[in-house]
Amino acid sequence: MKNCEYQQIDPRTLGTPASTPSSTLPCAKKSSHRPRRKWEVFPGRNRFYCDGRIIVARQCGVLPLTLGLILFTSGLFFVFDCPFLVAHLTVCIPVIAGVLFLFVVINLLQTSFTDPGILPRALPEEAADIERQIDNSGSGTYRPPPRTKEILINGQVVKLKYCFTCKMFRPPRTSHCSLCDNCVERFDHHCPWVGNCVGKRNYRFFYTFIVSLSFLTSFIFGCVITHLTLRSQGGRGFIQALQESPASVVELVVCFFSIWSILGLSGFHTYLVASNLTTNEDIKGSWSSKRGAEDSGNPYTYNSIFTNCCVVLCGPMAPSLIDRRGFLPPDVIPQTVNSDTDLHPFMSKNDTNMCTQGTKELLESVAHSSLIRGTCTPAAPKTAPVTQESLLSTVSSTLSASSRPPPTGCSGRQARRPMDKSCPQRGSKRASLPTHKASFRLPSPPYSFSQSPLILSDAPDIGFISLT
Amino acid sequence: MAETHSLQDLRQQAAIASKVFIQRDYTSGTICKFQTKFPTELEARIEKQQFEETIQTLNNLYAEAEKLGGKSYLEGCLACLTAYTIFLCMETHYEKVLKKIAKYIQEQNEKVYAPLGLLLTDPIERGLRVVEITIFEDRSIGSR
Repeated sequence: MKNCEYQQIDPRTLGTPASTPSSTLPCAKKSSHRPRRKWEVFPGRNRFYCDGRIIVARQCGVLPLTLGLILFTSGLFFVFDCPFLVAHLTVCIPVIAGVLFLFVVINLLQTSFTDPGILPRALPEEAADIERQIDNSGSGTYRPPPRTKEILINGQVVKLKYCFTCKMFRPPRTSHCSLCDNCVERFDHHCPWVGNCVGKRNYRFFYTFIVSLSFLTSFIFGCVITHLTLRSQGGRGFIQALQESPASVVELVVCFFSIWSILGLSGFHTYLVASNLTTNEDIKGSWSSKRGAEDSGNPYTYNSIFTNCCVVLCGPMAPSLIDRRGFLPPDVIPQTVNSDTDLHPFMSKNDTNMCTQGTKELLESVAHSSLIRGTCTPAAPKTAPVTQESLLSTVSSTLSASSRPPPTGCSGRQARRPMDKSCPQRGSKRASLPTHKASFRLPSPPYSFSQSPLILSDAPDIGFISLT
Repeated sequence: MAETHSLQDLRQQAAIASKVFIQRDYTSGTICKFQTKFPTELEARIEKQQFEETIQTLNNLYAEAEKLGGKSYLEGCLACLTAYTIFLCMETHYEKVLKKIAKYIQEQNEKVYAPLGLLLTDPIERGLRVVEITIFEDRSIGSR
């Protein structure tokens, strides 16, 4: 017996060693359909290409616009300005621009197509175990079981929140992105410009992208000005130079408007990197001193700018946890978050407490999201039961589960900059969608165990009330 | 060469009684570390010291994967300079250590846990959230 290797084949267990697909089962017969890969049944709102190698958010946002603008402007520069500059100055100009351009495009694609650090959802047994622990820690029927867990990190009290969608307590610095419907580690923000969340695994690509883009736009801007200046020398005048090279005007306009926001964003993120903060934490003010105790500081910082930069940008590259290309065991029906049988007793105890808390947070969120032109709706539990009474508790528990204002797009900090012009459109489009869903959901029949498959089959439509 | 049985063959003798989940320990921050607290469900099956040793070794291996130092910074910088195309040819340090961890867990299962009717699941299959230990009902008599 000691010489045997054991492979666990249990229909209730998902995620058996991915390297051993069904063919190793002694009694397996080749089923008529090919073995499916895990990305095909991934519960989050993502799209996969190249058989799971590439992952993007389902809403690709304005990624085509970003890519298009960069390609277009750089293309114009290489075709119309470079020949003149090479002739009059040096051949280094297109070389430098070319290198910067490559850096920008590669990092943009890396940011968009890399798994940002998505946490796979808890399996049913794990979720049941957690809820059992939560239930045990509550005392008496009227006191609601805690949905937060407080832990000490480097001597600092940090609250871990329970995620209703993923059925687990979120690790520190993890947040649930409502657009992608995933918990993302070290969640920074969901960026519509790259069409993906920015989190632990792709933050360095994102940072390199915006820094190299700032250099590229500044470089193109400077070169175009130089080009026009050189052209206008010799008594011809600036206006005539503009007329001779209309492409330069286009480049000037694009670069002029993007430089402010890109440079500002780079500066902001440099500050975040140096202090080992995320946009999410900075906006919520998680570690700012005005929140209370004097010792409330960032527990994750290494207290040295250099170390923080090294850790954030050059730290070890964490692996993707979602195993997109692994094979599903053939006899397993993926049931990650579908068991709300456990949720029901849990939810019913919380109505009164959560209602008041929820209303307060609802008002806060509305105020905050209208202030920062929030582009995202709040995190919503995908599988919460939807009765008349529990809809309100669902909303309020949703709010308590993600009790802070929703994560914003890239330009959260620079809410009034020109780059924001696409965000309100997205925001309003986004806002209209959930209201429709909520109204659709209200008249649904009372929740019962037997109905759970029915509600969950169109999980993304589970009602939640828009806060925007 | 080692024989490979599927546990399905042994299901007549061993069925799953329950699962224990060892949660993450976040007291040192976001690094991957598991709690070494000995769960009560395992008291009848395995010695506390053996369990703690396994978890501690796992924690050390993960610490090695996530270690910050000259080598990891060099890898990061090199990757950045080559626009991350270098990872098409070579594995990251983390991936190498994950393979080591997988091997260690398999070894522990073979030598220590399977004879006791337990099975460790590699945490990477659970998103590095938990170490799942499956407890099998001890119906087989010839397993020790």
